[in-house]
Amino acid sequence: MTTDAMMHMRSGGKASGQSDREPVLLERQYVWPGDLTEIPDWVYTDEAIYAREVERIFHGPTWNYVALEAELPNPGDFIRSNVGPTPVVVARAKDGAIAVVENRCSHRAAEFCRELSGNANEFICPYHQWTYDLKGNLIGIPFKRGIGGKGGMPRSFDQSEHGLTRLNVTSHRGVVFASYRDEMESIAEYLGPDILREFEATFDGRKLKVLGHYRHSLPGNWKLYHENLKDPYHATLLHTFLVTFGLLVAGNRSLMLSDASGRHGVMASAKSDASKVSADAKKEMRSYKEGMRLREERFMDFIEEFNSPWSVTMATILPNLIVQREMNTFGIRQIVPNGPHEFVMKWTMFGFEGDNEEMTRHRLRQGNLMGPAGFLGLEDNEAMKFVQDGMRRVPDKRHLVKLDPATEAGTSESLISESAIRAMYRHWRQEMGV
Amino acid sequence: MDEQPHTPGSDPRIAGLLLHHDIHNFNAAYAAALDEQRLMDWVEMFTDDAFYVVISRENADKQLPVGLIYCESKAMIHDRAFALEKTAMFAPRYLRHIIGNLQVFGQSGDQIRARANYALIQVLYDRPEAKLHQVGVYQDVFRRVNGELKLAQRRCIYDNLLVDNALCLPV
Repeated sequence: MTTDAMMHMRSGGKASGQSDREPVLLERQYVWPGDLTEIPDWVYTDEAIYAREVERIFHGPTWNYVALEAELPNPGDFIRSNVGPTPVVVARAKDGAIAVVENRCSHRAAEFCRELSGNANEFICPYHQWTYDLKGNLIGIPFKRGIGGKGGMPRSFDQSEHGLTRLNVTSHRGVVFASYRDEMESIAEYLGPDILREFEATFDGRKLKVLGHYRHSLPGNWKLYHENLKDPYHATLLHTFLVTFGLLVAGNRSLMLSDASGRHGVMASAKSDASKVSADAKKEMRSYKEGMRLREERFMDFIEEFNSPWSVTMATILPNLIVQREMNTFGIRQIVPNGPHEFVMKWTMFGFEGDNEEMTRHRLRQGNLMGPAGFLGLEDNEAMKFVQDGMRRVPDKRHLVKLDPATEAGTSESLISESAIRAMYRHWRQEMGV
Repeated sequence: MDEQPHTPGSDPRIAGLLLHHDIHNFNAAYAAALDEQRLMDWVEMFTDDAFYVVISRENADKQLPVGLIYCESKAMIHDRAFALEKTAMFAPRYLRHIIGNLQVFGQSGDQIRARANYALIQVLYDRPEAKLHQVGVYQDVFRRVNGELKLAQRRCIYDNLLVDNALCLPV
């Protein structure tokens, strides 16, 4: 048994009256085994670890993605969203400001907003019609003074103190973030200069145009999604499609970027011509199939539109945001965790205002790469499910993340590296105190 | 009695019934091709200029165009089948398509508009239960090519808010 799987009993936790029974195990000791090159399973499977992640990460000093401004163009527009697992409503108030409030009535806790999106003058809880303005201030209580001098709220009840729980909000280039902490650094500082540069390369100032959503569940731990996009090693091996059609090959110009804290990353690569793949690289990739061609070759076209050396960037922004720029098709992915073993992913695909019909169609065609039915996307979802299955059915072991020992943790220029995963766990352990 | 007796050949209801029957049979063959994962047979059920999309009701209701699968031509439908057969990694599974409530809206020019409800039930080899993977409606346009019915358009609009992990094969 490894040290991380050791369990011990809290003093005084003895089963009552039965001294000869096995002691009830009440508490687990979380001991990280050795250095960052091995990750214990409890990181992905333990309920208490998950509860602490909600407390210290999703509800902690982090900026959580909640919406695109393009989804809320007009005053009164709102969408349902989440900060970690917690349901929130994102609304554009009458003065144009964006407010993020918990979707929970101050009165009896009802989740009052039931629509996915819409336009409203105010939020009225359907249960007892307590009414809030778009910033969450409580503006109406029916029968506040009772009827005929009888009943009603106590005189001492201060309505101004019972608004909806409101979160800190910031927005950058049309991307809206919320935090449970008031004392947050700016989003630019939060991302750090390298990640900010890539973020601004994608959100280049053009107005966004929402093209639609995907929503799917994934029976795996939420961190596996970050790790999958900090793991350039898998891209050339799992995604035969990418390799077959020359979008990504070992030897392409690429970068796995980490910010100084290790929490954020960008996986970047530049498309190359499949005919130039070296025989050496092909031999290593069993998946490479020569001579395979698509009938609709426009599908793979990369129309240059960004001030960036990269044709593909995948930004992983802790805790809940992935920004996908896959050639000309873009998606925001928002992680909504639901316990250690599952999360929901909400995707928002977008183009830019000013795209002509052909460009929009090009983005939609290329969209076949991504999402829960995407040539790449379905494989990622399947692989992450396999990982969680493995841990649940053969539990209490460790993962190996030892590739590229020359880079202990952080940015790597090699695709055959797990240094960005190690960087994320250096940060995660600090935040979690394990 | 001034009402004329209908001869079978002149009764428009007979023509409607035959067309309904043809499309019903087409849908049964379509379901069988997908259930048996004969993807290249599935490709041949479309016209060259066919449009095929699997789109959430959420997107369709808002006139947002993004689909889980988005094919603007038979060439793209072929590429989808080809890529799934030759390159895609996903766990093995059984699928069962149930197609019903067929409505045929009649013919205008060479186009026949129809709709049918569908349910897609999936069994994974390592999970015991059959699960309702997707439920929705086909909005179709058929055309005859050399006398044979083909799909010129199939919009699969699914009601599920969440896709259960992945949609690995077409609907």
